[in-house]
Amino acid sequence: MTRKQKRLSVIIAGLAFLGAAAGLTFYALGQKASYFYMPADLATATVQPGQRIRLGGLVEKGTIVRSQGATVAFSVTDTQKSVKVTYTGILPDLFREEQGVITEGAFGPDGVFVADSVLAKHDERYMPKEVADGLKAKGVWQESKSQ
Amino acid sequence: MVETGHFALVLAFALSLVQMLLPLVGARSGNRRLMAVGGPVAVTGFALTALSFAALAGAYAGSDFSVANVWENSHSLQPMIYKITGTWGNHEGSMLLWVLILTFFGALVAVFGSNLPETLKANVLAVQGTIGAAFFLFILTTSNPFIRLNPAPIEGRDLNPVLQDLGLAIHPPLLYLGYVGFSICFSFSVAALIEGRIDASWARWVRPWTLVAWMFLTGGIAMGSYWAYYELGWGGFWFWDPVENASFMPWLAGTALLHSAIVMEKRSALKIWTLLLAILTFSLSLLGTFLVRSGVLTSVHAFATDPARGVFILCILTLFIGGSLALFALRASRLTAGGLFHPISREGALVLNNLFLTTATATVLVGTLYPLVLEATTGGKISVGAPFFDLTFGPLMLPLLAIVPFGPLLAWKRGDILAASQRLMAAFALAIAAMLVAGLFIDGGSVFAALGVGLAVWLVAGALTDLAVKSGVGSVTPAVMLRRFAGLPRSVFGTALAHLGLGLTLLGIVGTLSFGTEKILTMRAGETVDLSGHTLRFEGLFPRKGPNFTEDRGRFLLISNGNADGEITSAKRFYPARQTVTTESGIRTLGLSQLYLSLGDEGKDGSVVVRLWWKPLVTLIWGGGLVMMGGAAMSLLDRRLRVGAPARRRKPAAAAASASPT
Repeated sequence: MTRKQKRLSVIIAGLAFLGAAAGLTFYALGQKASYFYMPADLATATVQPGQRIRLGGLVEKGTIVRSQGATVAFSVTDTQKSVKVTYTGILPDLFREEQGVITEGAFGPDGVFVADSVLAKHDERYMPKEVADGLKAKGVWQESKSQ
Repeated sequence: MVETGHFALVLAFALSLVQMLLPLVGARSGNRRLMAVGGPVAVTGFALTALSFAALAGAYAGSDFSVANVWENSHSLQPMIYKITGTWGNHEGSMLLWVLILTFFGALVAVFGSNLPETLKANVLAVQGTIGAAFFLFILTTSNPFIRLNPAPIEGRDLNPVLQDLGLAIHPPLLYLGYVGFSICFSFSVAALIEGRIDASWARWVRPWTLVAWMFLTGGIAMGSYWAYYELGWGGFWFWDPVENASFMPWLAGTALLHSAIVMEKRSALKIWTLLLAILTFSLSLLGTFLVRSGVLTSVHAFATDPARGVFILCILTLFIGGSLALFALRASRLTAGGLFHPISREGALVLNNLFLTTATATVLVGTLYPLVLEATTGGKISVGAPFFDLTFGPLMLPLLAIVPFGPLLAWKRGDILAASQRLMAAFALAIAAMLVAGLFIDGGSVFAALGVGLAVWLVAGALTDLAVKSGVGSVTPAVMLRRFAGLPRSVFGTALAHLGLGLTLLGIVGTLSFGTEKILTMRAGETVDLSGHTLRFEGLFPRKGPNFTEDRGRFLLISNGNADGEITSAKRFYPARQTVTTESGIRTLGLSQLYLSLGDEGKDGSVVVRLWWKPLVTLIWGGGLVMMGGAAMSLLDRRLRVGAPARRRKPAAAAASASPT
């Protein structure tokens, strides 16, 4: 091979490698990214049972039920609709009624959202950003509450 | 005192403007007196920034709540160590630490750069001054830590309790030393582009700086990971959180730079690529600063959100990344391409390393920025987490890790892959054996576990093989072998240690993920629980009062072979100043593994939710990081870097002449 051919083959191999990596990246973005929804969004969006999503909103007042063991049931609401959630594990320290949370998991066949992680903001001054934005969009955000 | 600090900061900004302009003009017009201004100005600028930082730290130590920043982030009852570390536990203070380290590195170049060609030194200091000027202006206009309150409040609002930890004393300074350390490599690259040539001293200078920055960044990331592990109470060591990725991207690019700089120094090949990589690495550091400090991400690191700050940092980002890349596009063709090599050679292996590492950096970049771009363009909100990175980053790392042991065994220019393979036979056999044991004989063994353990052992054994081969094991007498071993260049040890540390970290990750066990249950006082052969008895919750918090400590007795073997305590802490609850996890290290437990909510019947983990080999994750740091330190001690530098001073004219473009 001449020097030019050699260089060309190296460049082609490099591009093929980058192309494969890029393809994999976009496939993974389509398959593995989880979308964020608030309860009212679920009426319009089609979310299959078993599909991983993140569900955010406020913990509805009076819905926290601690059953036997470490499983907790509660409802997440955006003041328009609410969704039942169950979670087994340790809730974050800032988890309480009317506090903004983001839960991640999937709907079970019975329509209850089974979360495998629950996030509440560590600093009590803030809501999770997605939840605050969503509540603002729905017109139920009170600025005074945020700071 | 606080006003002194403020004044010093303004002076430092003014000096950074001088440092930005005069040496640059001097270098262009050949005016030696203008060029000579850079050094003293850089040192004075550092002294003023240090004074400014000390003034703020003093206000924190003395709980001077008339300073708004102190009032917002400190409390008179905090222990002294958290009062002081609170200085950088907030946006304004951490930016001040950022510029302090930036000017520190600039001063180091000024002091130790006497053997640099005059114009190169002047240009490097000018670029460093430009970065400083931008960030000083940012602090003074949008993030001033010295603003007073009148009337002064009596009590402060306390530091975020999550940050009231020794981790805050170690993690940010180490991370910034790494992040900002790459600014030197950036400045050298831009200076080389301004001059339109890369001379011999360039590569010799950039490599040690890369090593220093990489060493600190490694430590910063490892320390941050361990801090999150024990402080958040989730038992995870890496969350693929955008903030973590922000520090991981410069690390990946910096690792690539470290390797390409070797090729450049030894063989003067890959010059243009190394230069580009140095620019990209610091650009990723700036991007990380933007992601963390602008408030586009919500996390414990985003102390406050202020749109003006985000826009300002975005401007800095655009200016430096855009400017340096434009300069690169204009000038790179002037630089001479370097030596030739066969694909199978040390250079070839290092190029392959760079290909994998930069592609991996790109996948992390896409995964980190895509959600932000999507939200800005369509308003859709997605999160990209572990499943994405497992599918993209993982497949890139596996082949890279598999070829690591070959690299150091290949010769420069043209290597012999068969000979290298023969030498690695023992390591390969060991890796296969480990793979079989992990896959077949240990509970929880899976294909992933077997592959991971095999790779980790392969890396460790490969690193040791390199040392053994280079000291002539098997071909010379033991006495000669020992002498050779002791006489090996420090950089050979550095390489072996760094690769060995990588293997240890991998072993820790695979061990924890594959063979760890976890239990969540409710416990009453007196109950016991078994976890992977360990028995724990819950003794109950005991209230206790700390300096600025109250806590309920859950005490657990570890029982080994029927005998009490010490206590593990996990606590729920309440900080009244911020009305915040935090969980302090309980950790007991047993050999290289850890028992980890964290308390949940207390039930009405006096029972408590407890989450327990058995994390085998988990300490190796961070231990491996320390070994990697040790490798970098060892490389820095290499004779070539210590003794070589002054030796060049005798013939600067000759070096400059030989390096000029032909």
